Amino acid sequence: MLEVSGLNSFYGRAHILSDVALSAAAGEVVALIGRNGAGKSTTLKSLVGLVADRRGRIVFSGRDISRLSVHEIVRLGLGYVPEDRRIFTELTVEENLDVGTQAPRSGVPHWTRARLFELFPNLAEMRRRPAGRMSGGEQQMLTIARSLMGNPALIMLDEPSEGLAPRIVEDMGRAILAMKGEGLSVLISEQNLHFAKMISDRAYIIEKGRIRFDGTMQALAADEAVRDAYLAV
Amino acid sequence: MDFVVIQSLNGLATASTLFLVASGLSIIFGVTRVVNFAHGSFYMLGAYIAYTLVSRLGGSVAGFWGSIALAAAAVASLGAAMETTLLRRVYKAPELLQLLATFGVVLIVQDLVLVIWGPSDLLGPRAPGLAGAVNILGQPFPQYALFLILFGPLVYAGLWLLFHRTRWGTLVRAATQDREMVAALGVNQAWLFTSVFTLGAALAGMGGALQLPLVAVNHTMDLQSIVEAFVVVVIGGFGSVTGALLAAVIIGELNAFGIVIFPDLTLVLTFVAMAIILVVRPWGLLGKPEAAVRGGAGSIELPMRPLAPRLRLFALGVGLVLLALPLVLGNYGLSVASEVLIFALFAVSLHFIMGTGGMISFGHAAYFGLGAYGAALLMKYLMFPMLGGILFAPVVAGLGALVFGWFCVRLSGVYLAMLTLAFAQITYAIVFQWYGFTGGDNGLIGIWPAAWASSATAYYYLCLALCGGAALLLRRIAFAPFGYTLRACRDSGLRADAIGIDLATHRWLGFALGGAFAGIAGALYAFLKGSVFPDTISISTSIDGLVMVLLGGIQTLVGPIVGAATYKTLHVTMSSYTNQWQAVLGVIIIVLVIAFPEGIMGRFARTAEARTARAGDAAP
Ligand SMILES: Nc1ncnc2c1ncn2[C@@H]1O[C@H](COP(=O)(O)OP(=O)(O)O)[C@@H](O)[C@H]1O
Ligand SMILES: [Mg+2]
Repeated sequence: MLEVSGLNSFYGRAHILSDVALSAAAGEVVALIGRNGAGKSTTLKSLVGLVADRRGRIVFSGRDISRLSVHEIVRLGLGYVPEDRRIFTELTVEENLDVGTQAPRSGVPHWTRARLFELFPNLAEMRRRPAGRMSGGEQQMLTIARSLMGNPALIMLDEPSEGLAPRIVEDMGRAILAMKGEGLSVLISEQNLHFAKMISDRAYIIEKGRIRFDGTMQALAADEAVRDAYLAV
Repeated sequence: MDFVVIQSLNGLATASTLFLVASGLSIIFGVTRVVNFAHGSFYMLGAYIAYTLVSRLGGSVAGFWGSIALAAAAVASLGAAMETTLLRRVYKAPELLQLLATFGVVLIVQDLVLVIWGPSDLLGPRAPGLAGAVNILGQPFPQYALFLILFGPLVYAGLWLLFHRTRWGTLVRAATQDREMVAALGVNQAWLFTSVFTLGAALAGMGGALQLPLVAVNHTMDLQSIVEAFVVVVIGGFGSVTGALLAAVIIGELNAFGIVIFPDLTLVLTFVAMAIILVVRPWGLLGKPEAAVRGGAGSIELPMRPLAPRLRLFALGVGLVLLALPLVLGNYGLSVASEVLIFALFAVSLHFIMGTGGMISFGHAAYFGLGAYGAALLMKYLMFPMLGGILFAPVVAGLGALVFGWFCVRLSGVYLAMLTLAFAQITYAIVFQWYGFTGGDNGLIGIWPAAWASSATAYYYLCLALCGGAALLLRRIAFAPFGYTLRACRDSGLRADAIGIDLATHRWLGFALGGAFAGIAGALYAFLKGSVFPDTISISTSIDGLVMVLLGGIQTLVGPIVGAATYKTLHVTMSSYTNQWQAVLGVIIIVLVIAFPEGIMGRFARTAEARTARAGDAAP
């Protein structure tokens, strides 16, 4: 589904990512774990084309997307949910979903408003509410639902559990597993190892823009040395 | 009572046209973040094209209304063409360069209009079926004005439906808030931008075409309408269509009643209203703070630094050449050279406000004009000698800048720019309308230099000494603690606030200082020309200054001088070769903006920067 190798990204003259390599298979949940400032967001942004200066091989659904522009990449079925949510506060919940709507794609789950309201029941109750007047958790659900309306084959979630109350984090985990159940690939970035463990099949650890660990979630759970080196505070 | 009703109806009719033009400008800005100077040109083209079409198709009902619709469509396609060929290349450039590029279009259109339609005013036909008057409270009221009163709200309703009942409208509203996120949801921004720009151009073109039965079509319609539209959009809030409607009604009514109550002060009234509203509501009635907008063009500020030794040598060389200039140039050449020096100082003072202070001024001509008029009036009424006038000019201009600046520095970005424009227009209106004191548009004449400075050579050296000295002094200030603090305010307003620097006061003093130095340039200009006219305060003078600063590049202190020299030299040489020098200038500006998005000197600075950086990397 997604194959990345030799990815290097720059902000101006600052070299942020060095030779990042990662992959995600169909129907797999993969976590990119790292401390604050490790380069998680930059990785996701580079994949979707939001970092202009990126070099390397990014193959998605068999196509090299490293030179495409953001909207072309998203239209190929790579969904992106930013960490700061960026919902359209003036628009209603339904209108936010409309912005994300893309034509159905063969071979990937097709989402409609109705199906999304099933997945996120809270949203159904506030269809016509301006999104700016929703709680943080509701906004987080909306921003995921909005990207799902584009019928992605793979969805990238940048720290989806950040700043959410424990109960909402559980809802979020369930929603992600439900997406996986539909056959979607998920790439999440996380600082919260506990949350990542709950939902992911495999994990990468990133530190200072380099991948330091690559293995199954179980392997990571067993490898205390790696966790201590890159994740302990 | 009857009178009040009739006047307010007149105001509403004006408001409709204002709304058509301003809503287009506002929508375009909302999505593309480009302040489109050429919007007034679209309006003017709409009127001219409609005129031509009506004379071909005839003034029948179908001919007239068909012409209006076709004119709007024609302007819409011109807008689409401008967006795809020009704006697409500059979206990533800093907003000021975008402005400059659209201003290049203004210049080109102005000359094109003169070539195609000639200089004289063109009178269109009355609207068929609406040529008469209806009786309102015993008074005749033009049917066409009634039609306009209904048409404005109709367009508003149409726009509302478009924005709230179609997916396209939803995308536009979303992009107004966060266009990058819209792209990250798979929407092709290029297509969205083009369609928005086309719609905006169509509205402006229609607004212009609808003027056919009201006013004689003329080639000053563009700047006049762009200023009005700016005012409306600024009052209503950039990006808000409802705000534009509200503001159009306010300005329309203000004009309608202002013309009766203060016939001499209508211009002033509009701008006073804008100034008051902006001070109370810095983002306009229904606008949002600019900072909330995401995915905009990045700034390209490089750190300013003292001249490198090699450049210092170069500056010395330029200085020597300037000193030797009277040996090679005749009287005409020297007076051109003096003018270049004067405008270089003008540009340097504007650059001080913009580059060092980070405040964009669209109204710097106010202080140039205050200096010029200050010196001239002191000479005329108080018999001041030339040097006395030149000495007091910066005081007059500086005081003006202190007063206006107090309001301006409270705002930022486009709003600040518009407020500076408003104050410049107020100054212009006062000078223009106060015949008894300033001579109005007859100007003040007989402002000649003192006998010792009356030869072209002597005056050139005076200009060289004063402009050079003033520019060096400003440079000194830019690198003194005050200048550093000012830049700290510019670069990180919030942080500067947090470490206890009084932001507003520094910006205020910086603004006033820039104004004072522009005053010196103004006074020198008055004595160079031997006269002062309201033109010195006009928008085009302010824009000349902006073009000079931007041509040179905002990052370096030498930039404005290079920019002024380039601009004035182009101006003088081209106007001797062609009548269409404006159009040529417009093309050159556009080419320069596309080729050097950082300005001429900015490009050099960037190259030098890269060179030092590479040298640094190579070193172990
Ligand atoms: N827009 C930017 N410009 C310059 N540097 C940035 C930018 N965004 C992030 N960085 C830097 O890149 C590094 C990685 O940041 P990021 O990818 O946001 O980390 P994470 O998401 O893992 O917290 C950090 O050192 C951060 O300071
Ligand atoms: Mg992050």
